[in-house]
Amino acid sequence: MSVWVWIIGGLAAIAVAGWLFRLFGQKATGNKPFFRDMPYSVAFGYVLGVVLLALAVWYYFQPRVNDMGIPSAGVTFFGWAVNGFFIAAAAAWVFRLLGRNVGTKGTRKLFRQMPLTASFGILVILIYATLAIFAGIIAPHGQEDVFAKVNVLPGGNIATGGDPAFPLGTDQIGRDLLSRLIYGAQNTVGIAFATTCLAFFFGGSLGFLAATLQGWLDQVLSRAVDVLMAIPSLIFALLLMTIASAWAGSEKWLLTVYMVLIIALIDSTRVFRLARAVGMNIVVMDYIEAAKLRGEGLGYLIFREILPNATAPLLAEFGLRFCFVFLTIASLSFLGVGIQPPLADWGTMVRDLAQFINFAQFSPLTAALPLLAAGAIALLTVAVNFVVDWMLYRSSGLKE
Amino acid sequence: MSNDNLLTIRNIKIEGRSDETWMPIINGIDLDLKKGEVLGLIGESGAGKSTLGLAAMGFTRDGVRVSGGTVQFDGIDLLTASAATKRALLGKRIAYVAQSAAASFNPAHKLIDQHTEGPSQHGVMSRAESEADGIELYRKLRLPNPEQIGFRYPHQVSGGQLQRAMTAMAMSCRPDLIIFDEPTTALDVTTQIEVLAAIRNIVEEFDTAAIYITHDLAVVAQMADRIKVLLKGDEVEEADTRTMLSAPTQDYTKSLWAVRAFQRPQKPPVAPGVTPVVSVRNVTASYGKVPVLHDVSFDIHEGRTVAVVGESGSGKSTTARCITGLLPPREGVIEFDGEALPLDYRKRSKMQLRQAQMIYQMADTALNPRQTIGQIISRPVQFYMGLSGKALRRRVEELLEEIELPAGQFIDRLPSELSGGQKQRIGIARALAAEPKFIICDEVTSALDQLVAEGILKLLARLQDELKLSYMFITHDLATVRSIADEVVVMKDGRVVEQGPKDEMFRPPHHAYTDLLLSSVPEMDPDWLTNLLQARGVDNIGDAAVDKMT
Repeated sequence: MSVWVWIIGGLAAIAVAGWLFRLFGQKATGNKPFFRDMPYSVAFGYVLGVVLLALAVWYYFQPRVNDMGIPSAGVTFFGWAVNGFFIAAAAAWVFRLLGRNVGTKGTRKLFRQMPLTASFGILVILIYATLAIFAGIIAPHGQEDVFAKVNVLPGGNIATGGDPAFPLGTDQIGRDLLSRLIYGAQNTVGIAFATTCLAFFFGGSLGFLAATLQGWLDQVLSRAVDVLMAIPSLIFALLLMTIASAWAGSEKWLLTVYMVLIIALIDSTRVFRLARAVGMNIVVMDYIEAAKLRGEGLGYLIFREILPNATAPLLAEFGLRFCFVFLTIASLSFLGVGIQPPLADWGTMVRDLAQFINFAQFSPLTAALPLLAAGAIALLTVAVNFVVDWMLYRSSGLKE
Repeated sequence: MSNDNLLTIRNIKIEGRSDETWMPIINGIDLDLKKGEVLGLIGESGAGKSTLGLAAMGFTRDGVRVSGGTVQFDGIDLLTASAATKRALLGKRIAYVAQSAAASFNPAHKLIDQHTEGPSQHGVMSRAESEADGIELYRKLRLPNPEQIGFRYPHQVSGGQLQRAMTAMAMSCRPDLIIFDEPTTALDVTTQIEVLAAIRNIVEEFDTAAIYITHDLAVVAQMADRIKVLLKGDEVEEADTRTMLSAPTQDYTKSLWAVRAFQRPQKPPVAPGVTPVVSVRNVTASYGKVPVLHDVSFDIHEGRTVAVVGESGSGKSTTARCITGLLPPREGVIEFDGEALPLDYRKRSKMQLRQAQMIYQMADTALNPRQTIGQIISRPVQFYMGLSGKALRRRVEELLEEIELPAGQFIDRLPSELSGGQKQRIGIARALAAEPKFIICDEVTSALDQLVAEGILKLLARLQDELKLSYMFITHDLATVRSIADEVVVMKDGRVVEQGPKDEMFRPPHHAYTDLLLSSVPEMDPDWLTNLLQARGVDNIGDAAVDKMT
């Protein structure tokens, strides 16, 4: 009951404050257009924003451990999130500053016009790429190495059940979690990248072909794609993976190949739709007609006339599609039919470590373990989307 | 400041943002408008006409700002007025008619519902009153079936009718000022004249002040009491319409006036028995089941220009598509140098394809935006002549020289870095690169400013003399026909209604339709529209007259 009183009272106070804010703003600035033309809802929004910000700051400075020595998981996680946000912003800013002063004239100009979100995205993608490529060198242990110490807690402090050799601890059968996290980048990201490329190769070329030739070929391909798209994709993937695992038998690597093909097939339908739609808009252009009348062949038309004009939307789609593929692989692995152990993979790690969340009340650090793998997935998804947003913005020609 | 001024703009400066800097668009222009007066704003594209027109409403587009000056409307400073004050003014006392009515109406609502929104929002009339008033306005604007037309959706009426419905909408609150931004530019001549007459009548009847923005001098001569000429954001001169037309003082204005003077002499008739370069014989074509061409025949001889004239939808471009083979005709033959061509372009040989080239109306869509000028021009040279390396580059430079563009500057640029006229020249160079005998020019000058268009016409004429080219010149602009054509083919509803040498075509007696087309072209005489309306009567101009014929 009292919670509702607080909420309603608080909102009423903000409502009054918003009105006063606008009134005093008008008085203080001599009726400047900013305050004069401000709708009441905007004034309300300003005050609400300030109040929420103040609440956030207050919460951030609450003690992480209370008087009885029991840690508060909420304050701890919120503190980490805020710290992480500022560190990420600072890193992105430094990275952009670096890009503005190092490199060729072209790249420097690129960095000058870049928003902070995009430079953050590029930085994260670069870090992931480095981890994936040099996983063997960076990771302290192999992904399949099993050690005698099982269930070592993270933190590296022996007093609290950790071990300096395993900064993030070990799992139930004694594998180093830090190494598996790093190798996960190689497996999950690498396989997702290969799958996306394959989906684009099939979907893109068939889409352009349908747009250029039209007629019955377009009908056949488009209807086939409609049928495939009518089935919910995750369920369809699960179904096909079940069949594939029967075919693959005990050959684990074969199942991974099947998974790549299945996800590529399902995602290529989306790429086909886009490529066909973009291609349709391009083939009606007069320069395509001019090329046709010149007697150019299909290959020239598709690769020299259409493709260069379709790169911007396709590139943007590539980024988004990569995230979807990546999430599908993680989901399939989480459900147990994706990347197979002993290969490390983030989806499987989330599933295996999920029960640690129960420890949140006692040791926030331990509870963070499954979140670490999930966070790695989330971070890459966010980063790729930042970069894609920026590319879309650039290609749309809206410079303001 | 005198008190009878409705709108007073003083020393207004407007800037637009490009590449992180503010570039001036308007550099300090004064403008005065009295009650009930019509001011014509003319100038080339990029002169700042539309920007100035919008600024008169206290509005700027995104990425554009007013950096100085004042705009006073009836004593109210529009630049510093609050949003609430402007809301009360715009639509009610100041209205705007955009160039493309089709893009400015909401396609999801009926015309009358959009019409009544302004008056009922501003509290001028109730919805029912406004609806009755709308029907009255539709009648005044001579829209067909005024009681019913308001209940149609925008896509269900023609372009000219939509433009008039938009004028009715602007009138709905009986504003003191209307800004017309090129309201007839996208229309055919016979439709244009009807809209012009309707706008002029209603503006006079309600004693509304107007700013009429256009690039067409002859149109502005009919509409405006005063004319202001703009060039690159500066005022060139301003004078009363008659003074301006008869005695312009500035060189730029004089050059604008002189554009229509370019005219090639009529060439002597071709000797009988000479094989024409292109011969279209009894061509009948259809899109699916809809017939679009009926029994079209004409010849094009070496070194001659045949202008194909007609309104949109008359089958001009379809004829071109039949000749190029993009739309194989159902019946008839296309002969090239006396030899019948395969009807489908896919069945034609490389040699046959090379001989007939095409130049398009919209240079923007005719040039691949991702290829440099060098790539665009070198492709046909490479493809047909098999040149490569240095020989290829030399040939491309030669071609650029031919179209009067310095090769060194242009060869590595992208089409987006060129002006409209330069792009059209690249289109010409690409056609020339194939070394054709015959070129189809599809409305090549209609998207260009008059001075630029004249340059293109002169270039085409010079190339024809040098290279013995034959042109098929598709256009709806009779001034262009007069300047460049040797022979004229008039088309209507997919049929050739009249054809012959240019001199004969411009001399009476005409076929009734040719006569209507010719008489609908606005002239520089400010009394032209008045005289025409008197001579013909309001029901015998424009689309109404076309409908009577069919």
